[in-house]
Amino acid sequence: MKYLYQAAVILLFTFLGEALAALIPLGIPAAIWGLILLFAALCFKIVKPEQIKEASGWMIAILPLLFVAPTVNLLDQAGTLAESLPAFIIIIVVSTFVTFAAAGLITQLLSGRKEDKND
Amino acid sequence: MTEFLSGSSLFAITLTLLIWRLASFLQKKAKSPVLHPILVSTAVIIVVLLVLKIPNAAYQASMKPLSFLMTPATVCLAVPLYEQIRVLRGKLPAILAGVACGTVVSLLCVAGLCLLFKLDHTMTVSLLPKSVTTAIGAPLSEGMGGLSAITVTAIIITGILGNISGSFLCKILKIKDPIAQGAALGTAAHVIGTTRANELGSIQGAVSSLSLAAAGILTAFLIPLVF
Repeated sequence: MKYLYQAAVILLFTFLGEALAALIPLGIPAAIWGLILLFAALCFKIVKPEQIKEASGWMIAILPLLFVAPTVNLLDQAGTLAESLPAFIIIIVVSTFVTFAAAGLITQLLSGRKEDKND
Repeated sequence: MTEFLSGSSLFAITLTLLIWRLASFLQKKAKSPVLHPILVSTAVIIVVLLVLKIPNAAYQASMKPLSFLMTPATVCLAVPLYEQIRVLRGKLPAILAGVACGTVVSLLCVAGLCLLFKLDHTMTVSLLPKSVTTAIGAPLSEGMGGLSAITVTAIIITGILGNISGSFLCKILKIKDPIAQGAALGTAAHVIGTTRANELGSIQGAVSSLSLAAAGILTAFLIPLVF
């Protein structure tokens, strides 16, 4: 029963997220509203982490598996992608590397740990 | 036979779970990041669908009971976000600055390259949310008039690319701080990058899950407001 209750709490916040996304036409996805609402509930101690610990841990653990079915859609997308495939690949590779570098280097610079200096 | 299998959720989900299990086992044995279970599973499932003549639309419909979990699972990212914010309090400004910088650079870089390659509006908005997780990126793209299937493809390629090249990028960019490694993986390669961060260490994993949630929130507000 414990896990069912935990799942119910998570589904409730997901539903509230869907409701907010429908009410506020800003184009912010339901998952974001749900995430923000659940985060706020945790901060204000309305929900304690222990109350959803196992169910949320399980859902996050299976997230990579949930990417498989959407990826199979490649089967239908091959035609659309074929025209701009080189651009598509270059944009993804370049922007991923640049984003990685920006986030990593800025964080390293500001977090003040310079481990490359041998002191 | 084809009709029966096409309509069976139990067949599609069981097949996917078993193939995923095998692909994860294969990656563990081969110790090669290129054999990512998402890639291997997808390839095997596509072959099975083609051999059994099951249309992709039927497979997707059969997978609904499992795919349904994508949004609640993304909402659950609030839990590591909440827990890590407390643990990493002192490093929070550095991490959030890195995430914000990475997110803005990602959007500008994609927008700039799309202009350069003269891609149309549909393709551009489909590619913009490529560094955030699917449950956030796909609806963002659709809301802006993009094609969510293209977005999902871009998101997954981005994730796998970040996952595979993460250690190499850290080495050539001299990103040695575990906190910075986590921020880079989570911001650039969302959930799939975070699985690599977890393998690098618990600090990397924690920072990566915080960063992926923060980058998702920031992207979700920036794209509709700016573009």
